[in-house]
Amino acid sequence: MLTVSKYVFLDLLKNRSILVYSIVLAVLSFTLLGLSGGSAKGLLSLLNITLLFVPVITTLFATIYFFNSLEFIELLLSQPVKRTGILLSEYAGMALSLAAAFILGVGLPLLIMVPVAASFMLVLTGVLLTFIFTSVALLIFVLSKDKTRGIGAAIIVSLFFTLLFDGLMMAFIFTFSDYPIDRALVGIMSFNPVDLARVLMLLQLDVAVLMGYSGALFKEFLGSATGSIYSVACMICWAVAPLLLAIRVFRKKDL
Amino acid sequence: MIRIEKLTKSFGKFKALDNISLHLEKGQAVSLLGPNGSGKTTLIKSILGLVVPGKGSITINGRLVSKDESYRAGIGYMPQIGRYPDNMTIEQVIRMVRDIRKDPADCDEELYFRFGLNKVRHKKMRTLSGGTRQKVSASLAFLFSPDIYILDEPTAGLDPVANEILKDKIAAECARGKLVLITSHVLSDLDGLTSHIIYLQDGRLMFHESVEQLQARTGERKLNKIIASILEKQNLITC
Amino acid sequence: MLIRILLCCFLLPHALHAAVIRMGPSALLQTVADKAQPGDTILVAAGLYPQHDIIIRKPLTIIGENYPVFDGGKQYQVFIVTAENVRIQGITVQHTGRSSLVDMAGIRLQNVSGAVIQNCRFLETTYAVYIQHSRHCTVTGNQIKASATDELQSGNGIHAWKSDSLLIKGNTIAGHRDGIYFEFVTGSSILHNVSYNNIRYGLHFMFSHHDTYSHNTFRNNGAGVAVMYTKDVTMTANTFYHNWGDASYGILLKDISDSRITGNRFSKNTIGIFMEGSSRIHISRNEFSSNGWAMRVQASCEANVIEQNNFVDNSFDVATNGTMMLNTFRGNYWDKYEGYDLNRDGTGDVPYHPVSVYSILSERIPATMILYRSFLTNIMDQAEKVMPSIIPDQLRDDAPKTKKWKL
Repeated sequence: MLTVSKYVFLDLLKNRSILVYSIVLAVLSFTLLGLSGGSAKGLLSLLNITLLFVPVITTLFATIYFFNSLEFIELLLSQPVKRTGILLSEYAGMALSLAAAFILGVGLPLLIMVPVAASFMLVLTGVLLTFIFTSVALLIFVLSKDKTRGIGAAIIVSLFFTLLFDGLMMAFIFTFSDYPIDRALVGIMSFNPVDLARVLMLLQLDVAVLMGYSGALFKEFLGSATGSIYSVACMICWAVAPLLLAIRVFRKKDL
Repeated sequence: MIRIEKLTKSFGKFKALDNISLHLEKGQAVSLLGPNGSGKTTLIKSILGLVVPGKGSITINGRLVSKDESYRAGIGYMPQIGRYPDNMTIEQVIRMVRDIRKDPADCDEELYFRFGLNKVRHKKMRTLSGGTRQKVSASLAFLFSPDIYILDEPTAGLDPVANEILKDKIAAECARGKLVLITSHVLSDLDGLTSHIIYLQDGRLMFHESVEQLQARTGERKLNKIIASILEKQNLITC
Repeated sequence: MLIRILLCCFLLPHALHAAVIRMGPSALLQTVADKAQPGDTILVAAGLYPQHDIIIRKPLTIIGENYPVFDGGKQYQVFIVTAENVRIQGITVQHTGRSSLVDMAGIRLQNVSGAVIQNCRFLETTYAVYIQHSRHCTVTGNQIKASATDELQSGNGIHAWKSDSLLIKGNTIAGHRDGIYFEFVTGSSILHNVSYNNIRYGLHFMFSHHDTYSHNTFRNNGAGVAVMYTKDVTMTANTFYHNWGDASYGILLKDISDSRITGNRFSKNTIGIFMEGSSRIHISRNEFSSNGWAMRVQASCEANVIEQNNFVDNSFDVATNGTMMLNTFRGNYWDKYEGYDLNRDGTGDVPYHPVSVYSILSERIPATMILYRSFLTNIMDQAEKVMPSIIPDQLRDDAPKTKKWKL
């Protein structure tokens, strides 16, 4: 189904919102990195932007785009093609173009101004988040009855992962701080791709400070390569699982 | 060609299609009529496999719709609202659908040229009027010379010239022994084209008869008159 | 030959022009040294010398040609110097023994002065150079390497005890327990050494007053550098790099007073400087970058002045364990400073609080670190700026620089 992906990708590359997204990211990147003289401080500001912008914008934009493509998807499905193929192509076209926008907007400035390992990691996490939240958007699209509800769900889901989840987790930590909750925390964190992305960067930028704490969480998880591998693995699951679920639902969906 | 057996489809408690059986044969030009919400679109979507039937079965050329998607190679579908990715050009859309169909060598590009789409082929879909988008949809439906045409409100939004071109094309395809299934609100458009009429109401099949039979039964010649007279009778019954 | 030496002995009792004696692997250095006259030079040819417990009892110069190898067979000490003004140069000493009763050394200086150990190689020695009760000794340009794995089984690279006026310069030390160990050593200098991959400290420094160490590099040591119970230490232009661990520091300062820490670089350490019970230390013109905590200043410290330093890219700038702060921070550059400078004099108009809320929070509940750098953390830091409630208000820099110091 590469055909459809190709056309969706080409269509999205000319999309104004994607262009604006990419330009805004690029302007922010150059400004922040320029102001901080290419130090880790600029990288951190970019991290915050990535963790907030990528999930929210990806989810919203992708959901809206999928709903706007509904009639076109119907037309495509009247052709002798499989539903799975069309859905995957839509997903691939969407995820790839958003990832391209992110790489141009954030990756390129980083490569020019701060070519260090942490920068590559930031680009990788951004791309992973793009794939994850496109996947989530696709799931919202196949599960929602109409566009309005779909967009509502997209807003709620993205805010939940970017803000609310951490608040709940903080409340949990405060409530149970007297208990050994380290492992539980790693478990809980795995349910939020944004947190996984953040921890991946934390392991790049703040290992020095993480080594200063005692406890299983820091020794076993955050203090070694295990943490990074685990986070990346979880994030890949986060991209794949909603996608598979979306395909399952879409196969039996009435359009 | 199309055999629908006891087809029932519900959305929640709402029965969109209720126990519908239909046999459509080649060479027929069938008008699918009925008020809004009567199940026309659901029926079409069921045939296209866009809606998964609850009960019953649909067979096309002997192949079950639910089995696999290959039967759709024999169908040309023109949707009611043609919406396309904003930044694709007409040429790209047509190219893409041809690519999906594994790019057959001989395509029926008659409509494409007669609608003059070749002159605007580099225009983006976003910039096109509703009528022009309809023309693109129509061209796509007829591009691969399928055995069955399913046209959902084909004439809505088309200018009179294009309308005539399309009607000519439909008549020609019928004459070649193709099956054409059309829904339309504008009954006068279907005059002279239609050989059979299917009337749906509240998801139920009210009648499926040939135009000759109906004309004989009602003594009317024009389609809208025929329908009006039948509906009046039924209202009398229900009252 | 022998006659000539004898003649020298009789005619020139003070060895006005010293003799040069050559020896090869077939000879015993102990015998040659015993026969030599004070002031003689012994040239040792290249080769393997499985000889040990060689005691140098008179002022001799021993020079190796192409690094002859003295091997202690993993059982014994190799050289013991008991005479003044002995010079050992250009030899390889390897495989000393390991004992819990005796500190087995490659070269031991015992109650001597004026000894020079220069450009030697020490491989897999328990203690490479062991100096006790000695004065005016010089250890320079040596390569010292071992592969110790645990603290109890291993010794120090350069170990000095109860000595005075030593010069330790330009040595490279790796893989010992402590790279350089000073206890009760006064008036000495440690310069231009590189000490790395030692399992405990790169430099371990106790009760050693009036010493200077500068231009050294300490990196990847298990616990960094420890300077303890000492007055008047000058620490300048050293590099402390990549000392990671929950008890690992660029420098640990414990009970240090009247000292100076200037022009050093602390980079990628879990804690750049950890201060405890220290007073009147002047910490200036240092660069703290990419550390977990640039400094941890315990409440037991007082009258220290921290000025004109750069704090860049540290996870946390300063941490403390109390609310009292009797030290002065002024004129430092903090990259996290967000104040303004209306009159453009290079000094920010509002004070900077180097202790962040999250560092306090994470100290109380370490698990909160899992949420570090989340959006929530930023909100908390901003809220604290508007309405300070947790951070110690006294710990602040009233004149933070808005531009980095050029160091």
